[in-house]
Amino acid sequence: MKLKRISVTVAVVAALLGTAACGGSGGGDPLATGSSSSGGGGGDSSAITVGSADFPESALLAEIYAGALEAKGVKVDKKLNIGAREAYIPALQDGSIDLIPEYTGVLRDYFKKDMPGKDSEAVYTELKQVLPNTLTVLDKSAAEDKDALVMKKSKADELGVKSIADLKGKSQDLVVGGPPEWKTRITGLVGFKQIYGLEFKQFRPLDAGGPLTLQALKNGQIDAGDIFTTDPNIETADLVALEDPKNMFAAQNVVPLITKSKSNDTVAGALNAVSAKLDTETLTTLLKQVVVDKKDADVVAKDWLSQAGLS
Amino acid sequence: MIASTWQWLTDPVNWSGPGSIPDQIVTHLWYCAIALFTASLIAIPAGLAIGHTGRGRFFGVNLAAAARAIPSLGLLFLMVLWLFPKFSGSSGSAAFVVPSLIVLAVLAIPPILAGAYAGVEGVDPAARDAAKGMGMTGLQVLRRVEIPNAMPLIFSGFRSATLQVIATATLAAVVGADGLGRFLIDGQKIRDYPQMAGGSLVVALLALAVDLLLGVIQRYAVSPGLTGRRTSASRRGRVDTPASTDRSNTPLDVEISDPRRTVDSQPS
Repeated sequence: MKLKRISVTVAVVAALLGTAACGGSGGGDPLATGSSSSGGGGGDSSAITVGSADFPESALLAEIYAGALEAKGVKVDKKLNIGAREAYIPALQDGSIDLIPEYTGVLRDYFKKDMPGKDSEAVYTELKQVLPNTLTVLDKSAAEDKDALVMKKSKADELGVKSIADLKGKSQDLVVGGPPEWKTRITGLVGFKQIYGLEFKQFRPLDAGGPLTLQALKNGQIDAGDIFTTDPNIETADLVALEDPKNMFAAQNVVPLITKSKSNDTVAGALNAVSAKLDTETLTTLLKQVVVDKKDADVVAKDWLSQAGLS
Repeated sequence: MIASTWQWLTDPVNWSGPGSIPDQIVTHLWYCAIALFTASLIAIPAGLAIGHTGRGRFFGVNLAAAARAIPSLGLLFLMVLWLFPKFSGSSGSAAFVVPSLIVLAVLAIPPILAGAYAGVEGVDPAARDAAKGMGMTGLQVLRRVEIPNAMPLIFSGFRSATLQVIATATLAAVVGADGLGRFLIDGQKIRDYPQMAGGSLVVALLALAVDLLLGVIQRYAVSPGLTGRRTSASRRGRVDTPASTDRSNTPLDVEISDPRRTVDSQPS
């Protein structure tokens, strides 16, 4: 009986090791083949197929791009909510889709890791260097969706802080919350210490801009936490994102990623006009209409385009 | 993989200071102990009452069975969202730990309740009748006959609850508390698979060690008449005269269905 229990435990441990090993080896992404087989670019060759990743902001941006292109007389197909980057980049390369909204920092890291650039311009320049030659990015917009150290507005006002640098001399009394990986990452506790010279009273491992961090922040279990800059809750829950003057969090500007052969003056003009008008605040407001007010992304996109004089 | 896991497990850095393996083992055991204690406080009296009276059986047993179906992770997030505002303003650990403790207690109640109830109910009716016949009150029957006889099953329920709780206490790390789950969650986030594997190995070993310990305790806590340890126990009993006299009055010795007992229960 005891022997049996031990052998069961051994089997379980072995299974765990096996699972971990599988995760480590990576391997092919089954999604990649799925999305590429579905494509082939329906309709005529001049039409542009707009894709998006599978989260609301990406779908909203894709709707905005699609609306702006249609307004300029370009024929548009939509293939939204494809999946993760590992799925839709191959789809771009095999022609299933032609255009997708992206973020400069993570897209750069997808093609080449550990590049030094941190601010918007440097990241954008590096991104252009590492893109495969069939793909290109158009103008980046000022809108950024990236990690930010967020505090309750009342707490930030009380301490008189506007940026992360202002926390110097105050951070030792503060509890900071973030994803567990912050403990060892340069874009986390290590960076706060090395770049800003900050040490916090305690680190609370929670989630990356998710409901846990938000709840803990709202109810005062943590004083500062990791929330994404376009999160509508920053506005609705009276939070404030601290500025990051030393660019600890690499820039994540919204940028249209497009197949080179599909890009012409009309298309580039329409999309660059969108990027010129889009900033983080606008994107947050639009995203709030989709996520909080439950409006359809295409309606929100159309309304904004006509309001911004782009349709 | 195995080599790097071993390396993680034997790295001295992981064996001292806050957040180290011993530190997290203590925290982990602490969470488990509180949860199991709370669960026992509820489940054992309830189980004994149901087993003794036979009342509330349908309700209690089905409730416990249904409670097994509660998904711990889901309940955990529910508790977090419900309890965070209740701990509003306190930056201590309570807001992160209490939800996990509730989830663990809920997880531990069904097996403990089932053990206590089944143990008491399964007591030989002859022993119970004999006790009543000797003029014992209901409580005396419970205390001196039913509970001692139910001990093996009560223990087995408690041990199975302990194993589940030790394994599931890793969930606490998901919502920002400490414990051995930290190695699993943190390791997964930064793709540090040796840390994950090492952490799960520690959890498994801890569960085994605690179960072994409980097994030893059970061996000595359960009446010798039930465990077959009769020989050594009676030998001790001979030295300790008052105890042996006392034991001869308990209904355990009245019950003679087990042949082993009759053979060596007569000290010469």
